[in-house]
Amino acid sequence: MIVLQDVHKSFGSKKVLQGINLEVPKGQSLVVIGGSGTGKSVLLKCVLGLVKQDQGTITVGGDILEPKTREAFLEKFGMLFQGGALFDSLPVWQNVAFRLLRGSLKRPKDEAKAIAIEKLRRVGLTAETADLFPAELSGGMQKRVSLARAICADPEVIFFDEPTTGLDPIMSGVINELIREIVTEMGATAITITHDMTSVRAIADQVAMLHDGKIRWIGPVGDIDTSGDAHLDQFIHGRADGPIEAVR
Amino acid sequence: MSIASPLALLGRSVIAMQASVGRVAIFTADAVSHLFRPPFYPREFLQALLQIGWLSLPVVGLTALFTGGALALQIYAGGSRFQAESVVPSIVAIGMVRELGPVLGGLMVAARVASSIAAEIGTMKVTEQIDALTTLSTNPMKYLTLPRLLAATLSVPILVAVGDSIGVFGGYVVGVTRLGFNSATYLENTVSYLETWDVISGLVKGAAFGFIVALMGCYHGMNSDRGAQGVGRATKAAVVSASVLILAANFILTEAFFSA
Repeated sequence: MIVLQDVHKSFGSKKVLQGINLEVPKGQSLVVIGGSGTGKSVLLKCVLGLVKQDQGTITVGGDILEPKTREAFLEKFGMLFQGGALFDSLPVWQNVAFRLLRGSLKRPKDEAKAIAIEKLRRVGLTAETADLFPAELSGGMQKRVSLARAICADPEVIFFDEPTTGLDPIMSGVINELIREIVTEMGATAITITHDMTSVRAIADQVAMLHDGKIRWIGPVGDIDTSGDAHLDQFIHGRADGPIEAVR
Repeated sequence: MSIASPLALLGRSVIAMQASVGRVAIFTADAVSHLFRPPFYPREFLQALLQIGWLSLPVVGLTALFTGGALALQIYAGGSRFQAESVVPSIVAIGMVRELGPVLGGLMVAARVASSIAAEIGTMKVTEQIDALTTLSTNPMKYLTLPRLLAATLSVPILVAVGDSIGVFGGYVVGVTRLGFNSATYLENTVSYLETWDVISGLVKGAAFGFIVALMGCYHGMNSDRGAQGVGRATKAAVVSASVLILAANFILTEAFFSA
């Protein structure tokens, strides 16, 4: 279980997170929604240790995340980045098998490549893709490769940062389905941040809405249409009028 | 107000410079500390060695060749005023090995390598590849910075040694074909006045300059701002700071060797 208690984070005078309390039970898929600039990515980066929170604690499986425990946490962790974040200098299969080619999970090169090709197949890419470089792939293919990299070491926790941004609706649907299937079959705990409501309905067990640095609403995905929360209603229906200020 | 403003500006600049020095010192200590802590990445080190050392050879070699030739002409022109034309071979050799080889080699490597490292790492940063490394249980300082620092520190002295030889050869070609020196006498004068310490001091300078080049490339790349403009600024800052630091370090090292 991942637990965030009273997490605060500011950049200069800008208070981005103002007391986040959140629990993600093991095996659950939580989707965090919210407008652009509400701190969704900062929230993920705090859990990862890429950004240090000013106040509050983050625990995984009961252990407070500190530099040492975070290393152990990252060994069981996978992440799909918004832009893919594939390493340009490495061919696709080495991107996917990055974790298996070095460090504590190191395997022989042939075995690592075979696992990478299997994971590429799992996300709908052929073995021929393995020897291409990321620059030779389309945006949708890069997202799939990034997804294959995220699941390559069979992680227990997976983060998805805006998994469908920049993709056409059909490719977005394919990625959403893949994420749902993979999370279900692996039994992994997943946290996704997005503002794509189609993704929310496809991926989530639970939905949390972030607004003004706080969790505005949290509940099962089936309840989002009947929440009675004006902020959530405005967001999911994409209305310009409502309590959330829209700049025109 | 009119007096306070320039003073305030000066004060702010001094504080900003001190903060920068502090950040670079912490960055250096962090990078070097990984030298003693596994895991190590030999493949990345070998790739960096190829990129920084081997592929810089043409530009360093050409720079040394033309510098050696020009130096021979200048020393001959100056020396002829005192009927001291015979010093051309020894001054070319000493000048190349002690000063021009390491400094010009270092500056050329700074232009070629510091810019390339800063642009590569800066782009990796703005496209979240550095964050991706962290999430893949790989320390970016250990994986990106340390191999480049080591490769530059070890390969630039070798580049300097090769550059020195090519520079002396450039002087020899000009001396023999243009200035009328006898080939055997030129070579004899080159070797007989050159001391081991001349060569060693040049190589030590090369190692220091290599370290500076890789450090500035990695530091500015890792601290690049977002966007194309951010990467551009990081690249420019890497080349400028590496070049200035090379010239400053050259003076400090020369002074230290001079006093020794």
